[in-house]
Amino acid sequence: MILLLQYTLVFASVLMLVALGGCFSEHSGVINIGLEGIMVFGALGGALVMSKLPAATPAVWVVVSAILAAMLMGLLYSLLLAVAAINFKADQTLVGTAMNLLGTAAATVIVKAINTSANPNNPSATLQYISAKKAFLLVDGYEFNWFMPLAVILLVLSFFILYRTRFGLRLMSCGEHPQASASVGINVFKMRYAGVMISGLLGGLGGLVYITAGVSEWKFENGVAGFGFLALAVMIFGGWKPMRIALAALLFGFFRALSNVYTGFDLLSRLNLPSTVYNMLPYIISLIVLVFFSKNSAAPKAEGVPYDQGSR
Amino acid sequence: MEKGQKAPVQSEYAVEMLHITKRFPGIVANDDITLQLRKGEIHALLGENGAGKSTLMSVLFGLYQPEEGIIKKDGAEVKISDPNDANALGIGMVHQHFKLVECFTVLDNIILGVEPVGKMGVLHKAEARRRVLELSKKYGLQIDPDAKISDITVGMQQRTEILKMLYRNNEILIFDEPTAVLTPQEIDELMQIMRSLAAEGKSILFISHKLAEIMAVSDRCSVLRKGKYIGTVNTKDTTVEELSAMMVGRNVNFHVEKKPAEPGKVILKVENMTVASKMHKNNAVRNVSFDVRAGEIVCIAGIDGNGQTELVYGITGLEPLVAGKIELLGQDITRQPIRKRSIMGMSHIPEDRHKHGLVLDYTLEDDLILQSYFESDFTKAGFLRRKNIRAYANKLIDEYDIRSGQGPVTMARSMSGGNQQKAIVAREIDKEPSLLVAVQPTRGLDVGAIENIHKQIVAQRDAGKAVLLVSLEMDEVLDVSDRILVMYEGEIVGQLDPKTTTPEEMGLYMAGAKREEM
Repeated sequence: MILLLQYTLVFASVLMLVALGGCFSEHSGVINIGLEGIMVFGALGGALVMSKLPAATPAVWVVVSAILAAMLMGLLYSLLLAVAAINFKADQTLVGTAMNLLGTAAATVIVKAINTSANPNNPSATLQYISAKKAFLLVDGYEFNWFMPLAVILLVLSFFILYRTRFGLRLMSCGEHPQASASVGINVFKMRYAGVMISGLLGGLGGLVYITAGVSEWKFENGVAGFGFLALAVMIFGGWKPMRIALAALLFGFFRALSNVYTGFDLLSRLNLPSTVYNMLPYIISLIVLVFFSKNSAAPKAEGVPYDQGSR
Repeated sequence: MEKGQKAPVQSEYAVEMLHITKRFPGIVANDDITLQLRKGEIHALLGENGAGKSTLMSVLFGLYQPEEGIIKKDGAEVKISDPNDANALGIGMVHQHFKLVECFTVLDNIILGVEPVGKMGVLHKAEARRRVLELSKKYGLQIDPDAKISDITVGMQQRTEILKMLYRNNEILIFDEPTAVLTPQEIDELMQIMRSLAAEGKSILFISHKLAEIMAVSDRCSVLRKGKYIGTVNTKDTTVEELSAMMVGRNVNFHVEKKPAEPGKVILKVENMTVASKMHKNNAVRNVSFDVRAGEIVCIAGIDGNGQTELVYGITGLEPLVAGKIELLGQDITRQPIRKRSIMGMSHIPEDRHKHGLVLDYTLEDDLILQSYFESDFTKAGFLRRKNIRAYANKLIDEYDIRSGQGPVTMARSMSGGNQQKAIVAREIDKEPSLLVAVQPTRGLDVGAIENIHKQIVAQRDAGKAVLLVSLEMDEVLDVSDRILVMYEGEIVGQLDPKTTTPEEMGLYMAGAKREEM
């Protein structure tokens, strides 16, 4: 039971962070399909820092530097989307898809290069961070980590920024009616850059949280197993609203956790279903949820539409 | 909000645009135009579509830089290089298409861009709310600050836009075609508001091509034609006829000349028609019955969004009926496809000419045969007969005076709205239909083009066709039709005779204040 709770919380924080990132990007008017790729790069940044830091580094320093590295990498990677979609008015769905393909592939190549240069007999794309990972744990022996309180803080902060600040009001206006924003003197380009960059920060962090869930090494060939897309589903199910996104993340996190730990439940293991069924659960549920909820969609009206100063 | 620099000299004018010339490749949009707006006056800017009104306003707003000419504010020359400069100088504008964020509240829309904030950019809405309510009370601009834009009427949306300008302490208010979307009652209200704003010392620039409104509300009127400045007149010393002659360059006949109708047999018969709505769960058209006879023009009047669009979709086959029956020439066409209806003699001038009227990226000639390309004149063994198509297109272009850059091979997208509409009218009328369904056929067109289209519609009637006209324009309804049906919330609530009814009476039916049992 406690195992289920642990994993639910871990996966929920991943989904929530990434979905919140997507939420900022989409409220500014840029569809961010590339969250998956951003997560991989965030994970890469965090994993590199954790595996390269000397074992004697103080725990606080490990935590802070890994988080910062993940967010920075996510931010840098998200700039690809910003430049292509905002400056060059590229098709946002295509750019996002390209970012996802590139993300996993590039991370694999980079890690392999690093591994072989350290040891020519090690051509794997796996990074290990056994000692560093411990620094994140709140309670010894359990998977409760620093990311959970951090996720809650970021959730509250996101809500506050979107609904209580000038920045949030302006950001959301750019996703709804950029011509209206421009007519009252708001720089739509800047706001959209801000939206995409925040999604990079949160997406990168989400990637780090994902790879440290339960394991102490990561094979970068695996990418993040569609979690970026699940986060998109969470965002849509959450109606682009932070608090509802949090609830949606808990729900999806629960089903994802179930596939890890279902053997621990008598009732479930007696059903004798193949493990693949449980593995598929979150994805199948996301399909069902989207079928029912994407109709009365609360999506920002101008998302996906490049802003053109000429059109009025 | 800063008010810009006050000039040391006192000037009679709030804003002056002197000898403005703005060229675009191949065209002079503004040719030496001078516009002087006095303090506290309502100044109308009149001109046909393409006369250069929008370009001139874009120059005033800093969206375009003029090649020649200067702008003065309170007598001092100013440079306006972007909309923020215009804002800082106290120039505000209610755009024709409102610049409102639909999912925001009225209050959020008003403060957007000039939000009162505390530390870290945290919004202080209480303060803003107090000011907005104060302004709303002072000028009689009734609003609900917490309502979402998507839930309020067009009239209230417009009041929100006006409050946006007042909240920014704008002194010069520009209204771009503000009455196009309003009901007659709302138009009266708006004029009251404009007068009270002017009385408070605001200077108002009122862009319009509706002469009656200009006569009713403005102090002076400047007229543009084809990019040139024609002149400025005092409204009280002029007449509608003089203004329209200035605008079009010739005398325009406003009254549609027509003989009394001689209705013949029933062409279109609609019985208990119900059509679903895409916007909400209720049906958009509810249990509507009427008929249209040969040789008469029946007009469906009503405020936008009361089911007229769906009514036409049902008749023309764009949407299936939930219930009811449609007969054309005595045959049941309720379940017939659109092409069948078209071949049987139904023509449709659609409401949205870009969505349902033309393929914008087709050439003019291809657009002209959209509904007849399969006929043997234009197709042989699956191949288009280009020669015949070209000849046919040239014939229509001549007959209907469709003007375009390259004749039959012009891209429809590059044509002006008036000529796109002429192309559609030509295609639909040349089919020799027995029923012509025309939905807002003159929307966005100028008086010259409107006169032309009205003539064509009346000519169709006189040739013994049945015409179903859907219009939001009060004058058009009263002038053109032989019989008026008023729609309100999906039902026909009244049948009126254009010869005996008044705009006021129609307004009451349109607003749902009055109805007769049909």
